[in-house]
This record gives sequence, structure tokens and C-alpha cells, in this order.
Amino acid sequence: MLAYIARRAVLAVITMAAISVLSFIIIQAPPGDFVDAYIANLSASGSSVSAEEARGLRILYGLDQPIYVQYAKWMSRVLVGDFGESMEWHRPVAEVIGDRLWLTVALSLAALILTWGIALPLGIYSAVRQYSVMDYILTTISFIGLAVPNFLLALVIMYFAFVLFGANVGGLFSSEFDLAPWSLAKIWDLIKHLPLPAVILALAGTAQLIRIMRANLLDELRKPYVITARAKGLPEWRVIMKYPVRAALNPFASTIAYLFPYLVSGSIIISLVLSLPTVGPLLLKALIAQDMFLAGTIVLLLGVMTVIGTFISDLVLMWVDPRIRHELD
Amino acid sequence: MSTDQTSREEQFAVATQWQLTWWRFRKHKLAVLSGLIVIAFYIIVLFADFFAYADPHATDSRRSHIPPQTIHFFDDGAFKPYVHGLTQKRDLRTFKLSYQIDPDRKVYLELFAEGYRYNLFGLIPSSTHLLGLKNAQPEDGIFLLGTDLVGRDLWSRIMVATRISLTIGLAGVTVSLFLGVLLGGLSAVYGGVVDMMIQRLIEILRSMPTIPLWMGLAAALPNTWTVIQVYLAITIIISFLGWTDLARVVRGKFLALRNEDFIAAAELAGASQFRIIFHHMLPSFLSHIIAATSLALPAMIISETSLSFLGLGLRPPAISWGILLQDAQNIETLALAPWLLAAAVPVIIIILAFNFLGDGLRDAADPYG
Repeated sequence: MLAYIARRAVLAVITMAAISVLSFIIIQAPPGDFVDAYIANLSASGSSVSAEEARGLRILYGLDQPIYVQYAKWMSRVLVGDFGESMEWHRPVAEVIGDRLWLTVALSLAALILTWGIALPLGIYSAVRQYSVMDYILTTISFIGLAVPNFLLALVIMYFAFVLFGANVGGLFSSEFDLAPWSLAKIWDLIKHLPLPAVILALAGTAQLIRIMRANLLDELRKPYVITARAKGLPEWRVIMKYPVRAALNPFASTIAYLFPYLVSGSIIISLVLSLPTVGPLLLKALIAQDMFLAGTIVLLLGVMTVIGTFISDLVLMWVDPRIRHELD
Repeated sequence: MSTDQTSREEQFAVATQWQLTWWRFRKHKLAVLSGLIVIAFYIIVLFADFFAYADPHATDSRRSHIPPQTIHFFDDGAFKPYVHGLTQKRDLRTFKLSYQIDPDRKVYLELFAEGYRYNLFGLIPSSTHLLGLKNAQPEDGIFLLGTDLVGRDLWSRIMVATRISLTIGLAGVTVSLFLGVLLGGLSAVYGGVVDMMIQRLIEILRSMPTIPLWMGLAAALPNTWTVIQVYLAITIIISFLGWTDLARVVRGKFLALRNEDFIAAAELAGASQFRIIFHHMLPSFLSHIIAATSLALPAMIISETSLSFLGLGLRPPAISWGILLQDAQNIETLALAPWLLAAAVPVIIIILAFNFLGDGLRDAADPYG
């Protein structure tokens, strides 16, 4: 079992390394380097930089060195928490990102919990009452959930909220809390605003999980042990919940690992539509303005966060499913 | 009755695998319907300009945000389809000239009308369109789905957008199919270290949040690139999504088939590795690959739409569904011109159609089961 955890941990570290390389590529990809952008920035505000000074800057930032050395230097700074400076904001990247990263995590986690909370009971219901009216309704909703990209859903909901209630449903805080420091009241305000974007974000994943849960449980329900349990006079509720549901849960649990990256990805796009203060809008702005340290850092942090989330879900899965544990012993 | 049954059984026994697959597929009504819808969409791809009736690039500020107009099919009890004409009006508050719909004037429609010039398949010059107006004033027009801010007709733009949105999906799926079959095949054939490396690579790719990465890569494309270059680059970027699933399907099927008796028989008969793979194994999992491909296509289409919607994918003057939806991005525009959301309808229909088609194909792929 320890060997399994160790293997997953090693894989997680390798994944993070791969993500860091990709983030570095993103930082490096635009034509010209950081100093070119810096000079362009300065000359836009009226001051000029001589060729001598430019060379000095390049040496200072190590831009005259081969690319792998630059990567190593960047990584060594990142590992101690120094992400460089945002060119657009003229402030350290860590400061610009600030709370936004945690709000992204909060949104993705809320969506994950919702996905589970909705998909599990509905999946069970759909399987137990196969071909009932409710089953057909759920199936239809699931397929629509699969087919509508979540940014479109956000657009449509925003439009109807505006037309029917005259309300702007965007944002994660009421206006009075927008810039306020963190307090219990602000957290409560956040909790009140989270459900709508979380539901939008969760819908596609939920749809998929309902299908999986339904299919798995249907397979289990046909097995002889269910008939035995029923013949022995167990109440229907116990017959279903005690064995088949637990057996059907296994592949269900293994999808969390893929669900989390998916939700983080989705949160970026719906944040833009609903103007949520997550890293999504910041990333888009940084990419368009070629503010590469900021963009690269956001991609890196999102990636690392996802990998950690996936790792945790692997551990949870191992804890939930005895079959995995026993296979490993 | 009984002779009928036996003849059907005999038919079943001698049918080829493709016939069996087709019979099984035919039973899945929703999948058949979806297949027809997909075919219809690709016909639009081929003849996009023919189905459009107004130049998708032509702007006219006086036609800004004209609401959708229905076609009236009957005039005085006779079947004579018409639309209402437009008249020029000056807004007395803003002094801006604009066209308003004139309910008193009727302009009749005709089929196979002359319109703007285009090249069919990019080669044959033509100016025939499915719909057009008879004896119309220059300002008149058909506005099935209304116009956007700069007066371009939305219906015509959606038709032409189909071309890019659906071919980029196909191109992306082709690239990821190639990667998936190659890497999945290598993984299964060689096993050992190669298999381990490829499987880890797949796990790594799947545990990354894809959208931020694509956004980063897409934003790195130089501004100076042409529409075609951006198109190809976006195709390659999004095809990094699809191949992992396909590689898993291919590897799984390869491994399952390797232990089949008929493969052992072929080996004993001295068939080469190449012949075994392409002559004996490939036909038996080709149908699975086709099913996996049609399930991978919707993801490709959503990716392109999302990237273009964010302004990081294709760039105007290219027209794709994502670019059309970009106009509907903020609530102010939507409140003013809700019909701009119409570009979402074909996206949803084609994604549903590909999903049902894929489901049907997957069930039919194993006709002996």
C-alpha cells in the first residue's frame, strides 16, 4: 500500500515537472524576450533605454544564457515563492494573483461536491426506477448537460436572469464586500454567491456521472446476490444501499481524478462569462497583454493545484475501495 | 413463417461483419437520425455559400441589429413566400440612419437566386444561392436570424461558420487518431518500458487542466500569422486532447485480440507481424476506432468553440461558431440582440448528434455480442 502511495506521489511530482516545463514554454513562446517587452513598456511611457542598459538588464535576468539554464533559474526562484514581477501591473505576481487562486479552488471544490451530491442519488434513482418517467427526464437532462458547453449555459442563464428578474447574476460577492477585507460576513456572502456558478460548472460532470452510476448500478442489480438478499427478506432500501450501491461506487470514485482537472478548466471559461474574481479573467488578460510571468505562473499554479487534487482523490479512492487496497497488499 | 425464419438465420450466418454491424446499428433509431443530421451538417460544409444568401463579410452600419424576420409563406391564400422590405429612417434623437422593417411592402422570394459571388469548393466560380429576393431594392434582404452589430447577416454567417467549425473538428480528430493509433499500437505491441512510458504520458496529460494550457499555447501564436496558419496551429493544439482516449481504446483492443485463437493460427501459419496487424487485427477493431472517433469529435468542436469564444482561437475575418458567439459575450449586447445566441443552436445539435451516433456505433461495433 505504501508502495502504491509512493508510486502515485512520484507520478504527481513528474506531472508537476512537466507542467512547469509547459508553463516555461508559455512564458518563452512570444517573440522577443522579457527585456524587449520591458523596453517597449518604458518607451511607451516616454523614457528610453540604451543598448548598453538593455544588455545589462539581459545579464541581470540571465537572458543571455542557454534556455535550460534560464529554466533552472526560474524554477529555483519559483520554488522559494518568487514568481517574478507582472509587467502590466508593476507588482509582484504573487500579489496580483492574491485571493483569486483560493477563490478558484473554492469554486472548483464547490462544483465537485455538488457533482457528487447530485449525481449519486439521481444515478441510484435512475437505475432503481429504470424506464420510469423520472428516469427519462433525468436521461434527457443528462444528455443536454453533456451537449451544452458550460460557457453557453452561463450565457443563457445570465440572459434569462436579466430578462426575467432584471438581475445581474455575475460576480462572487455583493458590491459592498468586493474590496472589503476577509471577515465572516464576507465569507457568508461568498457562500451565498457560490451555488449558481458552481451548478453551471457542475452540470456537465454531473450528467456524465449520473450515466456512469446508472449503468454500473444496473449491472450490479442483475446479479444473483441481490435476489438472495431480497429472498432473505431484507428491506428493499437495505438491499440496494448495502451492497450493489457500494459495489457500483468504485468506477464512480475513480472518475474524480479526471473530474477535478476538468472542473478547474471549466471554471476559467465560466469565470469570464460571469465575471467571477477567479484567476480565469486574469489569465486571459495576461495572455492578451503578453504579461508572461503572470500568465505562466497562473498556468503553473493551476496545474500544480490540479495535480495535488488528483493525488488526494487517489488516496480517498484507496480508502473507499477495499478492492484496491487488497490488490496492493 | 418457419421457412422465413430459417432463411433469416441463414442470412445472419453468412453475413459479413460490416453487414451485421449495419443491421445492429439500424436498430438504434436515435443513432440513425443523428447520423442523418451529421450528414446534413457536412452537406452544409460542402455547400455553405449556396445555403447562405448574403455575403457573410459584407458590413452595413444601417443594418445594425435587425431582429430576425420570418418568411411569410402564403400571400392571399396562394403559396407565394415573401418577406417585408426595409425603409430608411433617421432616428430623431441620435440622427443615425438605420433601416426599419416596412410592413407594407412585400418582397417575394425565389429559389436558386443570383447573389454574391463565391467559389464552390474553392474552385468553381458561382453566384447561385438557395434563396434570394425577386425584384428587390438594394436595401432589402432576408433576415432569418437577424443581423449583428455591424449589419452582417447571422444566418449566412452561421452557414459559412459551419465550414470551419466542423472541418477543424475533423482535422483535429485525424491528427489525434494518428497519434492515438500509433502510440496505442506501440504501447500494446512492444509492452514493457515503451508501454510504461506511454501510459505514464497519458496519465500526465489527463491530469492537467487543459483549457489554461491551450489558452497559453494559443496566445503564443504570432499575430502576423494568416488565418490558415492559425487554423492549422489550433488544430494541432486541440488534437492533444483527443489522442489519449483513442490510444487507450487501441491498446485495449490490441491486447485483447493478441490472445485470440485466430491470431495464434495466423502466427503459426507464418504470417508476418505486419500482415497480422493490418490484415487480421485491424479489421476487427476498426469499428471500435470509428465509434471512439465520433465520440472524440464533439470534444474537439467544443474546444475550438471555447478558444475562439475567448478570442484566443481563430481570429476574424475567419468565421467559426466560436467567433460568432464572441459577439454574444456580454449581457448588454445580449439584452439588445438576443438572437445572437442563435449561433449556439448548431453547436448543441451537432454535439448531441455526434454523441448519439457514437453511442450507436459503439453498440454496433461488436455485432457478435
